[in-house]
Amino acid sequence: MSAKTYDRQNPAFYALLVALVVMSVGPIAMMLMTSLKLNVDIMSDTSSLIFMPTLRNYETALCDFLWYEAPHIDYCDKTFGRALVNSLIIALVSTVLTLVIGCMAAYALVRFRFMGRDSVSLATLAMRMVPPAVLLVPVFGIWTFQFQIDGTRAGIILVYVAMNLPFVIWILQSFIVQVPIQLEEAARMDGAGPFQVFFLVVLPLIKPGLAAAAIFTFRVAWNEFLLANALADRNSRTVPVTIVNSMTEFDIDWGVIMATGMLLAIPPIIFTFVASRQIITGMTAGAVKG
Amino acid sequence: MQSANVNRLTPYLFLAPAAIIMAVALLYPIGYMIYASFLDWNPSQRIGEAEFVGLRNYINLLSDASFRESFWVTLKFAAIVVSLEMFLGVGLALLLDRNIRGMSLLRTLFILPMMIAPIVVGLMWRYMYHPTVGIFNRTLKSMGLDPVPWLSDGNWAFASVVIADVWQWTPFIFILSLAALQSLPQSAMEASRIDGATGWQQVIYIKLPLMLPVLIVTLLLRLIDAFKVLEVILVLTNGGPGLSTEILSLRISRTASEFRELGEAAAMSNYLLILLMILTFGMFFYNKAMEVRAARLRKAAEEDL
Repeated sequence: MSAKTYDRQNPAFYALLVALVVMSVGPIAMMLMTSLKLNVDIMSDTSSLIFMPTLRNYETALCDFLWYEAPHIDYCDKTFGRALVNSLIIALVSTVLTLVIGCMAAYALVRFRFMGRDSVSLATLAMRMVPPAVLLVPVFGIWTFQFQIDGTRAGIILVYVAMNLPFVIWILQSFIVQVPIQLEEAARMDGAGPFQVFFLVVLPLIKPGLAAAAIFTFRVAWNEFLLANALADRNSRTVPVTIVNSMTEFDIDWGVIMATGMLLAIPPIIFTFVASRQIITGMTAGAVKG
Repeated sequence: MQSANVNRLTPYLFLAPAAIIMAVALLYPIGYMIYASFLDWNPSQRIGEAEFVGLRNYINLLSDASFRESFWVTLKFAAIVVSLEMFLGVGLALLLDRNIRGMSLLRTLFILPMMIAPIVVGLMWRYMYHPTVGIFNRTLKSMGLDPVPWLSDGNWAFASVVIADVWQWTPFIFILSLAALQSLPQSAMEASRIDGATGWQQVIYIKLPLMLPVLIVTLLLRLIDAFKVLEVILVLTNGGPGLSTEILSLRISRTASEFRELGEAAAMSNYLLILLMILTFGMFFYNKAMEVRAARLRKAAEEDL
């Protein structure tokens, strides 16, 4: 019953598909390959497909996490390891905070009829319009001189939460609207308070929306460069900042930098494969459903 | 009585954290920026010590040739990138809107470029554009052609940046238009097929007009994002050679961090915001006008019956 039938297509169509896949995945595959090469292999003139894969570049990048002694490392540069820890903490904490706060706000907006959905969508659009570069000057000024939280992880987390909130509220609203009000009324009859209704009844029902929102916030917080660069000091730098810093050096160590790039790309790639359906839902929710 | 109070307060309690955070870390900074754009301010000063100079930053910028150049580069970049991506994305969606095995895997693979960090995208492309070890020049060399100065010549650098952006963002348009296509009413397709419409006629007279609302929103979203592109260009060219790829976002960040002119950077940010606002509201009202017109036409048609 459940077996779907598929239309047959002509070979040219499949050739086009293969070409498209190669085009979209090729650069990523090339980065992976380069990160597994020795610099001798990267610079050599011979074919780029045949080489001895090695994990040396990853060992160099992650040297302070190694439980064994890697023979080729004479000096361990801890910058990247520290940045990785910072990135993880900042991305995870800001994702959790954004979701909790955004969820509560979205619920209040839907159930208690504050403003119309239209005004929230308009506000989301307006916020989406603001480029991070525009926030650069004021955030730098305020964080440094007024809040004095420049150079701390908390400072960076605060910007990311604020930046992501409009989108998260907007997307969660569209999921909360679909929760039948009767369920909540039934829970209230049974004596649940507003917070119990929210956490025990509503939250479990909007899990797909939460997943989509979580992936989007995590992605922004994990990938962002500009504001992190302005706010972070030596100890709170995130991975994108360290990558750009090592790019500006004259002699680029391609092997190691590709390994760090690959490490930065891995979490989003995993999310894409695990939850592509939710990502597509999140992407199309605004435009297609209106 | 007490529970009634709690009930009345609940919505505010639920909203408060979000409202406070957005007010403190989003609205306040934007207001601050508007104020800062009237100051002569460098990063070592507190904002209170900065001198109030009125509209001088704005006027200086208008007569600044390199600002006008990067304004122009920004517009050119956004226009070229968005039209290329719309054309390719919608075209691919029309082509691939078929019932084939593995479509969901295909979509997953297509989203990958959007999900990974722009910094990493810049890194990959910089490697591929590398004058000696990059794959493009290697391929050209093995075919016996001259290498191309991908990132070191102004026009080529602009083209390279456009190619990287098209690679990263065409899938976005593709995914949205595919979703739009698949939600079109089947009855309209069938009716046209029975009336003997060819594939092209179906695309032009039925699919595209029905997709139009979604396409306009997609175009708007993509256009806004095109003005925000910064990291990829920063890693690829850092705005060079010359000013050939220095888009406005990049210029703002350089004015703030390298030239240490925070007031001027803020004024520039305001120009960028105004430009984006004009675009957004223009698009929004165009949309509304079209809706009104469609409603009127529908009404007229009903009256004719």
